[in-house]
Amino acid sequence: MLYREAGDFKSTYSSDNQTFPIRGDRYAYWVALGFAFLVVPFFLGDYWANSIVIPFLIYVIAALGLNLLIGYCGQLSLGTAAFMAVGAYATFKLTTSFPGLNIYIVFLLSGLVTAGVGVLFGLPSLKIKGFYLAVATLAAQFFLIWLFTRQGWFFNYSSTGMIGMPERSMFGIIITGAAASSTAVYMTCLIFVVGMAWLARNLTRGTLGRTWMATRDMDIAAEIIGVNPMISKLSAFAVSSFFVGVSGALMFGVYLGAAEAGEAFSINKSFLVLFMVIIGGLGSILGSFLGAAFLVGLPVLLKLLLVDLMGWPADLARHFEVMVIGALIVIVLILEPHGIAALWRTIKDKLRLWPFPH
Amino acid sequence: MKMMKLAAGIAATLAVAAPAMAQDLHFPMLSYRTGAYAPGGIPFADGYHDYMTLLNERDGGIGGLPIRVSECETAYNTERGVECYESVRADNPLVIQPLSTGITYQLIPRVTQDGIPMHTMGYGRTSAMEGGTFPWVFNYPANYWDGASVAINYMLSQNEGSLEGKKIVLVYHNSAYGREPIRTLEILAERMGFTFLPIAVDHPGQEQGSQWLQIRRERPDYVMMYGWGVMNAVAIQEAANIRFPMDHFIGIWWSGSENDVLPVGAGADGYTALTFHGVGTDYPDYADLQEYVIGRGLAAGAGDQVGSAVYSRGMYAAMLAAEAARTAQELAGHAQISTAEMRDGMEALVITEERLTELGLPGFSAPFNVSCGNHGGSGAAMLQQWDADSGTWSLITDWIASDRDLVRELAVEDAAAFAAENNITSNCDM
Repeated sequence: MLYREAGDFKSTYSSDNQTFPIRGDRYAYWVALGFAFLVVPFFLGDYWANSIVIPFLIYVIAALGLNLLIGYCGQLSLGTAAFMAVGAYATFKLTTSFPGLNIYIVFLLSGLVTAGVGVLFGLPSLKIKGFYLAVATLAAQFFLIWLFTRQGWFFNYSSTGMIGMPERSMFGIIITGAAASSTAVYMTCLIFVVGMAWLARNLTRGTLGRTWMATRDMDIAAEIIGVNPMISKLSAFAVSSFFVGVSGALMFGVYLGAAEAGEAFSINKSFLVLFMVIIGGLGSILGSFLGAAFLVGLPVLLKLLLVDLMGWPADLARHFEVMVIGALIVIVLILEPHGIAALWRTIKDKLRLWPFPH
Repeated sequence: MKMMKLAAGIAATLAVAAPAMAQDLHFPMLSYRTGAYAPGGIPFADGYHDYMTLLNERDGGIGGLPIRVSECETAYNTERGVECYESVRADNPLVIQPLSTGITYQLIPRVTQDGIPMHTMGYGRTSAMEGGTFPWVFNYPANYWDGASVAINYMLSQNEGSLEGKKIVLVYHNSAYGREPIRTLEILAERMGFTFLPIAVDHPGQEQGSQWLQIRRERPDYVMMYGWGVMNAVAIQEAANIRFPMDHFIGIWWSGSENDVLPVGAGADGYTALTFHGVGTDYPDYADLQEYVIGRGLAAGAGDQVGSAVYSRGMYAAMLAAEAARTAQELAGHAQISTAEMRDGMEALVITEERLTELGLPGFSAPFNVSCGNHGGSGAAMLQQWDADSGTWSLITDWIASDRDLVRELAVEDAAAFAAENNITSNCDM
């Protein structure tokens, strides 16, 4: 009854091919968008914005990017954090070198810079695949972090090697720096998330996405049917790195405000984003959202529950949290190897028929 | 989107359920009892907690108001540090102590914006000693550049006042923390004619084979270390392995805890480290701690850290915070002080020998006073040496002053750059 599909006829090709072919989904999508844009900004407290919602939105972009690469094109990458660092350092260099440049343009340019770097490190994918490619991208992780911590040019020769985000505003609203209101930061992140999720969804439905999926499913067969593996793989690296770069730029620019490559963009972050993609669901846009929500929101919610409501000692709660999240990851992967998105797919299939499954 | 609905729902519930504001003094702690740096984080947090408990039990708090200590676990991670800061921000925190240079850098713009004082004792951004540019940040009694300068001054005293032609290596944690002293040491090298070589160790510092191979090849006269967590013990072990003379191996105060030397055993004998407070438990204050806190079973954590070097430092941080709060209460004329009044109290803080004796900590700290132009205290430090047989640190020097003119000169330069980037005008009338 939740999905009332009776009478939902499709009489044109465009309506048959739309992103959300089921009417219920479409309504839910518009309601969610309206809620996120029109309701949340007025009720969002600083704590909830800064500890859950904003990091969640930023990680969604990173997870989307990695999902395009791994889930759609089948190229394993362990260099996500390094590409985020590229985005962050590009933002820092661009915004300090060109103080007048619009900050949104800076974020997008940072993504483009990262796309270039991503293509460079994607070149080995033309020769190798699977675990070997993972190791090659691991080299990106170590090399780029080395570069950003050792070469003074990247951090403007500051004595500590930290990069700090100066205050920037758009239309008189402060967006970066400590004076930015959490609403402005939230709206910035939301605009990027919606725009990039829309882009990701449509890319994967189009020619490019189909060549990626062909490459993922069997690269030799894809080549035989006329997919150019070089263009397919490198474009996947470019688009994926663009997403990840924007995510890193936002993480540094609007969320952290100050960062240091070795700490903020360590290999742990690469794994975190990889887990988001795997738990959320490979090859699913919704999965990127769910995975990010799972791994960003759950630790904080657990902390609130255990420490603030139940009064556990902070360190005990933290140890417990590591165990719970670890166990949940294992459980989710055993029960649903294709991620939470697949779980949702099953539920949805049942809901569409409910309450008359026969 | 579901997440956000849930979040908003829980937020609303929490807001309703929040208890009415009680009359107390809130001292939040951004501690880390988990992760790679827990061996340093646990004793510091215990010391801080126990001293505050002592004040509650013995004196009934500060100025008649009870102290409330809250702990938030950061695991030395900057993102969690931000989350912790956000969680205590609305709860009238008197002073933030992040115990991490990385988190400090993150929080400096935020505390300045929100008007909450932050005390980074012996860590954090060194140029924050310029109170005119950093009105809300304090780093008394000594900072990283003081530490570098004190170590060099100690070497000078060992070498008849000249380091000409000597070679000094700095082994540092490759983070904002470890990189802080490099510029100071480079300038000192230029002025005094010694060769300076920085060698970086990446987080967390369990692999240092190549670094120490290089040190062995370079044959330096002295090795200095700016390390933290597991990196310290590994470095001392490696130094012992290449038979580097331990009394020529000088660590900063964060590289001088029992946890750093005990794993190395006899090989660590003679290792020296800086400290800006006394060591051991021969202070009347410890008798009170025993009576009021530990004896009553109120000790924080497992209670096994009492008297260790970093525990004493946590206690010292709590003592300075409590003294600043007391000063603030005197200035304000009422006990329930606000964050702004706390800041004024920190800026008017005076630590004298008499006051230290009253507190049961005679000679524990160098006397200093804080002013608007100087948020950095005295800058003096002592050297402690490890005796592996008795398993104790002992002080081998008196207070050694740092080259404050040089430190000040560099701090002014760095603070001016920060002020220019952020359009800050000095708010001290000097």
